[in-house]
Amino acid sequence: MAKLVPLLAVFFYLVCVSEAVFEDQVGKFDWRRQYVGKVLFASFDSPSQSSKKLFVATDKNIFASLNSRTGDLFWRHVDKMGPEGAVDTLLVNAQDALMVIGDGRLLRSWDTNVGGLNWEVVLDTGSFQAACFVGIQDTVKHVAVLKKTAISLHYLSNGHQKWVENLPDSDTVKYQAVYSGGGEEVFVLGMVPHSHLTITVYSLEDGEIIRQRSVEAPWLSSVESSCVVVGRGVLMCVDNYTQALYTLAIQAEDSPQFRQVLLQSLDLEVSQDFQPVLVSTQPHPARSPLPEFFLQLGPDHHILLQLSEDGSTIAPLRDFQPAFLVSFATTGEKTVAAVMAPKNTTDDLHCRSRCFADSGRRLLDTTVIFPLDANGGKPQKLYVHAFLKKDDSVGYRVLVQTEDHALTFIQQPGRVVWTREEALADVVTMEMVDLPLTGTQAELEGEFGKKADGLLPMVMKRLSSQVILLQAWMAHLWKLFYEARKPRSQIKNEVTIETLSRDEFNLQKMMVMVTASGKVRSPGVSRCSDEDKSLFGIDSKSGTILWKHYLENVQPNAAFKLIVQRTTAHFPHPPQCTLLIKDKDTGLATLHVFNPIFGRKSQISLPALPRPILQSLLLPVIDQDYAKCLLLVDDQYKVTAFPSTKNVMQQLQEMASSIFFYLVDSEQGTLSGFRLRKDLSSELIWEVVLPTEVQKIVAVKGKRPSEHVHSQGRVMGDRSVLYKYLNPNLLAVVTESTDTHPERAFVGMFLVDGVTGRIIHEAVQRKARGPIHFVHSENWVVYEYWNTKSRRNEFSVLELFEGTELYNSTVFSSLDRPHLPQVLQQSYIFPSPITTMEATLTEKGITSRHLLVGLPSGAILSLPKMFLDPRRPEVVNEHSREENLIPYAPEMPIRTEWFINYNQTISRLKGIYTAPSGLESTCLVVAYGLDIYQTRVYPSKQFDVLKDDYDYVLISSVLFALFFATMISKRLAEVKLLNRAWR
Amino acid sequence: MASGGPSFLLLSMVPTILLLCIDFACCNTGRRTSDGLDTDFTGFSVPLEHSFEVDDVSQFRVRGALQLRGGRETSVSLSQNQLSEEDRSTLKEVAAVDGLYRIRVPRVSLSADRQSDRPMDGFLTAFVRACSLVESHLSDVITLHTDVSGFLIGVSIVTIPGACRGTEVEDEVDLEAFNTTLNVIAPTNAPQPETALFIERMDMENEKRGKPQEQKSFFAKYWMYIVPLVLFLMMSGAQDQSGGGAGGGGANGGR
Repeated sequence: MAKLVPLLAVFFYLVCVSEAVFEDQVGKFDWRRQYVGKVLFASFDSPSQSSKKLFVATDKNIFASLNSRTGDLFWRHVDKMGPEGAVDTLLVNAQDALMVIGDGRLLRSWDTNVGGLNWEVVLDTGSFQAACFVGIQDTVKHVAVLKKTAISLHYLSNGHQKWVENLPDSDTVKYQAVYSGGGEEVFVLGMVPHSHLTITVYSLEDGEIIRQRSVEAPWLSSVESSCVVVGRGVLMCVDNYTQALYTLAIQAEDSPQFRQVLLQSLDLEVSQDFQPVLVSTQPHPARSPLPEFFLQLGPDHHILLQLSEDGSTIAPLRDFQPAFLVSFATTGEKTVAAVMAPKNTTDDLHCRSRCFADSGRRLLDTTVIFPLDANGGKPQKLYVHAFLKKDDSVGYRVLVQTEDHALTFIQQPGRVVWTREEALADVVTMEMVDLPLTGTQAELEGEFGKKADGLLPMVMKRLSSQVILLQAWMAHLWKLFYEARKPRSQIKNEVTIETLSRDEFNLQKMMVMVTASGKVRSPGVSRCSDEDKSLFGIDSKSGTILWKHYLENVQPNAAFKLIVQRTTAHFPHPPQCTLLIKDKDTGLATLHVFNPIFGRKSQISLPALPRPILQSLLLPVIDQDYAKCLLLVDDQYKVTAFPSTKNVMQQLQEMASSIFFYLVDSEQGTLSGFRLRKDLSSELIWEVVLPTEVQKIVAVKGKRPSEHVHSQGRVMGDRSVLYKYLNPNLLAVVTESTDTHPERAFVGMFLVDGVTGRIIHEAVQRKARGPIHFVHSENWVVYEYWNTKSRRNEFSVLELFEGTELYNSTVFSSLDRPHLPQVLQQSYIFPSPITTMEATLTEKGITSRHLLVGLPSGAILSLPKMFLDPRRPEVVNEHSREENLIPYAPEMPIRTEWFINYNQTISRLKGIYTAPSGLESTCLVVAYGLDIYQTRVYPSKQFDVLKDDYDYVLISSVLFALFFATMISKRLAEVKLLNRAWR
Repeated sequence: MASGGPSFLLLSMVPTILLLCIDFACCNTGRRTSDGLDTDFTGFSVPLEHSFEVDDVSQFRVRGALQLRGGRETSVSLSQNQLSEEDRSTLKEVAAVDGLYRIRVPRVSLSADRQSDRPMDGFLTAFVRACSLVESHLSDVITLHTDVSGFLIGVSIVTIPGACRGTEVEDEVDLEAFNTTLNVIAPTNAPQPETALFIERMDMENEKRGKPQEQKSFFAKYWMYIVPLVLFLMMSGAQDQSGGGAGGGGANGGR
């Protein structure tokens, strides 16, 4: 019972801050988009027209099923990140989808109907080479997995191992391929580079070696990349050096020999410096491959060839030039070969995918023409889904994967069914930009912006703009009236780039997202160089992608910084964003300047940046076009300004002595401060060195420049004011000890003034280690660490106060603030690890703050800052009760009502972005990771908004009733008075 | 501002914060240059250098010497020279053009055992506006920050008062000697979650309120209702006991 009393006190506080979504509000203000990442393997379900399933395995270690009609996810399995969960291969046969995971660590079988796991077996150690289905008499019952030193055969039904055999001479011979053509034999192909090829034939029954053959092949460097099996067990290889095709019957009993067919004899020639590629198809694992195959002779040159029945002659069937991509697909007895070619050579935006089926004699040739997005990348992969139509003809749909990881699904005759932007599975950084005003609003703004001449034109202009406003209002009313008659479901608010305009409370914004995914590590993918860097513009209300821009020629391993130089507030100047792309190795940087609303690249002359860039800072200095000045500091501490107009330069020279910046070198452990000189060079003015033998700098964070703090202090219980230490130049520097022993490890928190280099506070959290997540805002820093002694996650909060008197209440200057602030700190136990942390942000900073804590479960916890207050008292007294301080409790609660994303969990949460809206109570939140989730939060509830179910009728009828009541009673009183006077 | 002196560093104590541990603070007017150089202690001295140039190109000269004494109680004292006539005029000139007054100390370790290991190269620098130094009549506060192992990681200088109001300093005597307050600040230990105290408090509250209530049994609470009920049942049961017995007999007979 006694425990209840403090608990009750806490409960009452919770009642005032609790927030949750009502059931009917689900999806009203929030949306979630789920992604899978870059597709490595894709496979279609059964070859019928009605089948809707598409299976993909991606570089994010995900196996998913997509609805091929809509592009939505049926189900998705997210495996571990990193090489441990990497998908080596995906094989689909009827109801079973087989995956080898983690470089041959696991073999998994999934049920393709419901996405359930059939079975999983742990394979013997050894790096994975290849896998294939093994079937006899048209039924597939086994799967063979080839590793570097062994081959194993597993039952498809339960995963049990039928046999495992060590490969002979595996230290010299590289085994690279396994093949089964429907017989009782499993062929393993290995080779010694530039010497010979070995064929080892295993018995399907017991794994005994039936025979071993060695074939001279001095030209052969890799079986994997240059050989395929074609027709009835004929190994077809291509060699660039000798310009020839080589064929070999691998089933031959006697000692076989490679037969050379010179490309010249077929009138073919390989493009210069191009490694020719062979593409064949095996429609059913229990049957031998088709005799038709593609040979790629150049980047845009493919040729379809056919091997004759007896395997002796090769005949070209058709030449395709230009042709980017080729693919085979099979339905029933018919196989389709698809070729993607540009429509005409001058304009490669239209791609024509031509399919023709080879069914005996009949060749059918149909084309699908679809436009390629000019802002997207080039097509990279082609997947074809062929099916038999009702009239027994072959129909097909095409899935195209482009360089920017977008998936486009196309139907005959060229209709784009859906597009998935899989690059958004890897958002690096983002910004939110206000939408522009509507035409009428802009008109009104423009009136104030321009300097008119004389009184009369001004009046005329005012009148005309009022008329325009009236017109717009009438049109709006008419639309409201018109739409009110229609049932709600029919009203569709289609968002297009033309209709974009700011809403009443600025709740709808443009999300500019930068994506990048670099790590392509799967051994199955030959093209490892491709790097994906894209810019996306997304409507925050609906999640619609309004524009995208694919950045070409971006170095891998680049760092990004997105800067808003000009907002939409300066009509008629368009808003301007700058993306700073910095190569991590060389430090060289490039700028990409664009309009964030339309995504178009701006035609602004960019400064030349020949030297590595160390630091960039956005100054409040504004040029005549209202663009903020961006300063870029190079490795010689020289400063480049962008834009560098005369106006800006003049302002910079005037302000030079008050422009300070800092640099952090975490390898040397130095923090150094610089001051700008008039000639745009800079001088070192302070230096702080944290010896790297003891601790290393993990992160440095300043405050967000857009942050407003409404209240200068806190009113205490005795009515005095405790003033906050609001230093806009304060940096929070987090260090971790180099000693990782749990007893001696520590986490350091330094608060350093970025102008003077003065260490304001220096604290050490003993027996703690990272990863550290922290938020620095207003006058507080909240950080989370791992306590190595108690083995738990803990939160700690630091708050800085000036005391009960302000030193200089009008302006804050780092140069004139001699007294150190009071620092209060408290720590709490947090019962969960966290992945990321951010604080809510509102327009004027009146609303109380919440911390948005991303948990590994994918939930986002909205934790009131009230709970992280170092002034929470140990013992409750009169004053603390007056101040509404919650009594100290060492454990921080996690309440499920605080999860702002209810059941919409975000996989692999990476970052949270907050932005203020036009409403003081509302903060916009975007969480990104594998998924993207957007919502609104109301940390102090919606104090400035009437509720949805606000009863207008009741309140107005009460008002009217009261009004009439007063009228009537007044009348009655008058009559009564008159009567009394007569008496 | 008016409070001045070392007292401002003693932050007001609130139970939840662990105070900055100010190991030792020593004030020194620059006139006592020769004393303090006791030979018997195992300390060492490093130069404190300063620079103030009209053209803002730093040229560091020796301002004084920091006497560091290692051991369990690290102590630092400062002995410094007076400003020469020339320096005073330069300083005033620098102040007039709003130049900077910089100081620097070499990177050393305050704990003596480490000091001998190997001297680290490099300096720690800090600055203050020259005008505020002049206007405060050379009253400055120099703070040395160390990390957990005693290495010097940063130095800071502030003047009291810190503002530049443009008041002329006529008296040359005011600019002769530094009135320096020296502090050494080591990192504070951040608090751990206070579980022990919380549990103790819970137990105390339990003891205070919980005991008498919890020990009351159901019977003790409601005896006043139960006793009359039982009595009533007994009374009524006694009255028609014969009827009940007959009924029971009938039931037996029916079997």
